[in-house]
Amino acid sequence: MQWETVIGLEVHVQLTTAAKIFSGASTAFGAAPNTQACAVDLALPGVLPVLNKGAVERAIRFGLAIGARLNRINVFARKNYFYPDLPKGYQISQYELPIVEAGSLPIQVGEQTKTIRITRAHLEEDAGKSLHEDFHGMTGIDLNRAGTPLLEIVSEPDMRSAQEAVAYARALHTLVTWIGICDGNMQEGSFRVDANVSVRPKGSEAFGTRREIKNLNSFRFLEQAIEYEARWQIGELEDGRAIHQATVLFDPDTGETRMMRSKEEAHDYRYFPDPDLLPVKLDEDWIEAIRAELPELPQQKQARYQAELALSAYDAATLTASRATAEYFEAVLAALSPSPSPEGRGGAAKLAANWVMGDLAAALNREGLDIAQSRITPGRLAGLLRRIDDGTLSSKLAKEVFAALWAGEGDADTIIAARGLKQMSDAGELERIVDEVLAANPKSVEEYRAGKDKAFNALVGQVMKATRGRANPQQVNALLKQRLGG
Amino acid sequence: MSLTLEDIRRIAHLARIRIDADEAARYQSQLNEIFHLIEQMQAVDTAGIEPMAHARDVYQRLREDVVTETNRREAFQAVAPQVEDGLYLVPKVIE
Amino acid sequence: MNHTSLKQLSHLLASGQASSRELCQDYLDRIARLNPVLNAFITVDPERTLAEAEAADRLRAEGRAGALTGVPIAHKDIFCAEGWLTTCGSKMLANFVAPYDAHVIERCKAAGLPCLGKTNMDEFAMGSSNETSYFGPVRNPWALQAVPGGSSGGSAAAVAARMAPAATGTDTGGSIRQPAAFCGITGLKPTYGTVSRYGMIAFASSLDQGGPMATSAEDCALLMNVMAGFDARDSTSLERPAEDYTRDLTRPLIGLRIGLPREYFAEGLSADVARAIEAALAEFRRLGAQTVEVSLPMSRLSVPVYYVLAPAEASSNLARYDGVRYGYRAPEYTDLTDMYERTRAEGFGDEVKRRIMIGTYVLSHGYYDAYYLQAQKLRRLIAQDFAAAFQQCDVILGPTTPTTAFELGAKRADPVEMYLSDIYTIAVNLAGLPGMSLPCGFGADGRPVGLQLIGDYFSEARLLNVAHQYQQVTDWHTRLPEVK
Repeated sequence: MQWETVIGLEVHVQLTTAAKIFSGASTAFGAAPNTQACAVDLALPGVLPVLNKGAVERAIRFGLAIGARLNRINVFARKNYFYPDLPKGYQISQYELPIVEAGSLPIQVGEQTKTIRITRAHLEEDAGKSLHEDFHGMTGIDLNRAGTPLLEIVSEPDMRSAQEAVAYARALHTLVTWIGICDGNMQEGSFRVDANVSVRPKGSEAFGTRREIKNLNSFRFLEQAIEYEARWQIGELEDGRAIHQATVLFDPDTGETRMMRSKEEAHDYRYFPDPDLLPVKLDEDWIEAIRAELPELPQQKQARYQAELALSAYDAATLTASRATAEYFEAVLAALSPSPSPEGRGGAAKLAANWVMGDLAAALNREGLDIAQSRITPGRLAGLLRRIDDGTLSSKLAKEVFAALWAGEGDADTIIAARGLKQMSDAGELERIVDEVLAANPKSVEEYRAGKDKAFNALVGQVMKATRGRANPQQVNALLKQRLGG
Repeated sequence: MSLTLEDIRRIAHLARIRIDADEAARYQSQLNEIFHLIEQMQAVDTAGIEPMAHARDVYQRLREDVVTETNRREAFQAVAPQVEDGLYLVPKVIE
Repeated sequence: MNHTSLKQLSHLLASGQASSRELCQDYLDRIARLNPVLNAFITVDPERTLAEAEAADRLRAEGRAGALTGVPIAHKDIFCAEGWLTTCGSKMLANFVAPYDAHVIERCKAAGLPCLGKTNMDEFAMGSSNETSYFGPVRNPWALQAVPGGSSGGSAAAVAARMAPAATGTDTGGSIRQPAAFCGITGLKPTYGTVSRYGMIAFASSLDQGGPMATSAEDCALLMNVMAGFDARDSTSLERPAEDYTRDLTRPLIGLRIGLPREYFAEGLSADVARAIEAALAEFRRLGAQTVEVSLPMSRLSVPVYYVLAPAEASSNLARYDGVRYGYRAPEYTDLTDMYERTRAEGFGDEVKRRIMIGTYVLSHGYYDAYYLQAQKLRRLIAQDFAAAFQQCDVILGPTTPTTAFELGAKRADPVEMYLSDIYTIAVNLAGLPGMSLPCGFGADGRPVGLQLIGDYFSEARLLNVAHQYQQVTDWHTRLPEVK
């Protein structure tokens, strides 16, 4: 039987507020245990929550960015359960009336574009952390993270492969960092993914029973976990066993998923509207002010790059993988204009795109740098591109100049002058060198005339060597052919 | 409507309150009496009535996103049953 | 000095006839004498009180004294007061020294009111007789074998026995008014949102409201001036301009329309309470008020509605008492769940556990709509009854309780009977309205009878005016029990 995997994601995005969602304690990461847990976070008797405007503002920003409906009245509820990292014995979350509903996000899988529907996004508070190192057989509780604002973003089960799930998670990651509501740091838990996975016979309409994989904190684990889980479920079904709804954890060491023991018990969260918090009202002026401040979004930029700059869908997607990349690319383009290229802006764009996605990306990758930390400014890269465009530099020389730029040897023109890297433009000198090479290599000349093309390449190589790479290869080809009489 | 002993044990566990068999029976009879009183509510047709969650129909006030709290761990942990290295200790949590 | 009102004490201090330290010492002496009999205080800390008194005296010496600077009061043990044991009447918090001040405590400190001690109360404010306190029942100063009412029974008894000139209380379903009635004092439950709940240990968040308890309406108004005020840390605190609650005290009652709810004078009301209320009505008519019959038909459901909503909120509010960060933890347990279950079974008393179980049940899967949602809808209907009644009258008047104080132990075994003793007070909390109780006579048993006044939202000054005018022509509020 052919099987189809069905995936929906729930992503917990930690918002970039300075203070917590219901208290004035700091959200900074990495403080000593319980030094950022204030009376409200600790749920001391008598304390009360007050909602942070910054958290609401970020949720609105997200809702606008995914074209969602913003619920003008939204409500906080209590989700009741006992756990030592949950100080109040309930989590304040949105249940029946979340702030954001019914949005969507386009994703790119290869050259295919697909739209993933987002059911809802709601505000809630994070829990603390349980530290399982051994404290005489006990667990240590750190409540610094308790009360950190989260936006939980729930998708429809619209993804059909691990690759699609990863593409969606990446697109979401790009978007939330792009609009500045999340720092995107997955190691620190700022972007955590839960995947609901089920399988069904291909062509079937009904969904299979799903299992939820909790707390995936890298795209690689997300992909591995879904692939393993789908294979496991198919195996179970093919062996005639049923799938039971469950919560599982992914073990990166074994590459397998396993049931969570603590979640075996059926939950009854007893949601009810939090009497300590009143309904939240979003007024139109505020929403419009936030809309006016939104930057151009990745999907809008992609469309514009394709339409105005004639870039491919792939290039456009790559250049908008992060806001910093897009900003770098656009700064290079701006430094190049008015476009020096006879092919106009499109040509310059393609050239800039190739260098940003190629040599620059490789160099950044080699040193583990972010594009914002690039050793070459957009202006200097544009300086290099201008010399490629006007024929001053061959592609080989351009690579050498790029390396020198990276090493901090000044701008492109300074490097070209200092190293004498200008492409040879004096025709007389090149003719003299070609004649000398022909004279010094009679054997190759003979072989070429006998029909061996390889010999021609050897001659080109000799000329390039004699000019220390400064000759224009096309010019060398043309001259050689002319001299060899063919 | 009448709560069974099983209901009593289920809600006691949900509420994390240990009860023995005698207590369960006692709670069962007391809660059933109380629910007998509560059942009076069912006589009223409330279709179309907006539930009232708060004493006043007002909206949530928002706090500026500013850090106002400082570290008071020592004072807060002075009243804690068991702490070590700044952490609250609890019996081992199983994931 | 034990007849002295807040106003008189303030004059004594202002004129230099007494220092705050002397006043506090007098009250502490009286507490030391009477508390072994009445058990009105859970915590008394003379050193702390006297230090606060001396600070108040210094303020006065520096010319920075306010209206009540140096006048001591007692606080219900539900208010967190930094450095004070704050137990909420529970074993769960028997060792909890609060690390911060409630907003009410902050305001009292800022006004220079020394704290005489923390008063006894029903555990987590759940009770109508003060018998659910882990620290033992409070006795009624008017009859030691009777209950003082609850949950603010300690505050009521302390004020009645003049162990404190005034005290703070809280009222979720009648917890200020019912003990005020049983102990023959005056108490005000303000409009929900007027007094900040920050630092006031929660029972049922949407119903809880702090308020003053004193010997007279005038003193309640003075203490209200200190307690009330906007607090940004309580989302339900209402942003309104500050009020002087004494501003209308002297206004004549001519033309006042008093609404008498038919349902409050029906079956269940004891004859001697009815007689005292009738006599009070005659007094009000002499003062120029007119009476009009009104109806609160849904109020008959206020007890069942309350016993769904309050336990539901409480079951969640009390989940934080888990033995992890503060308070009681069971000494022995096998694992985490066992630690939780033993801690909560041992740390909470019967009534609290009962209400947590009710609340857990009504919120649980499959029952929410039938109980919680239905109760919330009825709550609106109950509030609408009051809105309709206030079309016809300025204040509503009736008994605070169906009977005078009952005997200790009389209703302990029967929760439903105990719950029904709050039948006249609960609807006010559901609607979020202000209400007060003031003494209007005595029953055949010699125990005080309380008269309840209910006003429209934010009409505290008007209620205090009505009560004050009554207290100008009667002396019930000046009667003193003889405690032996």
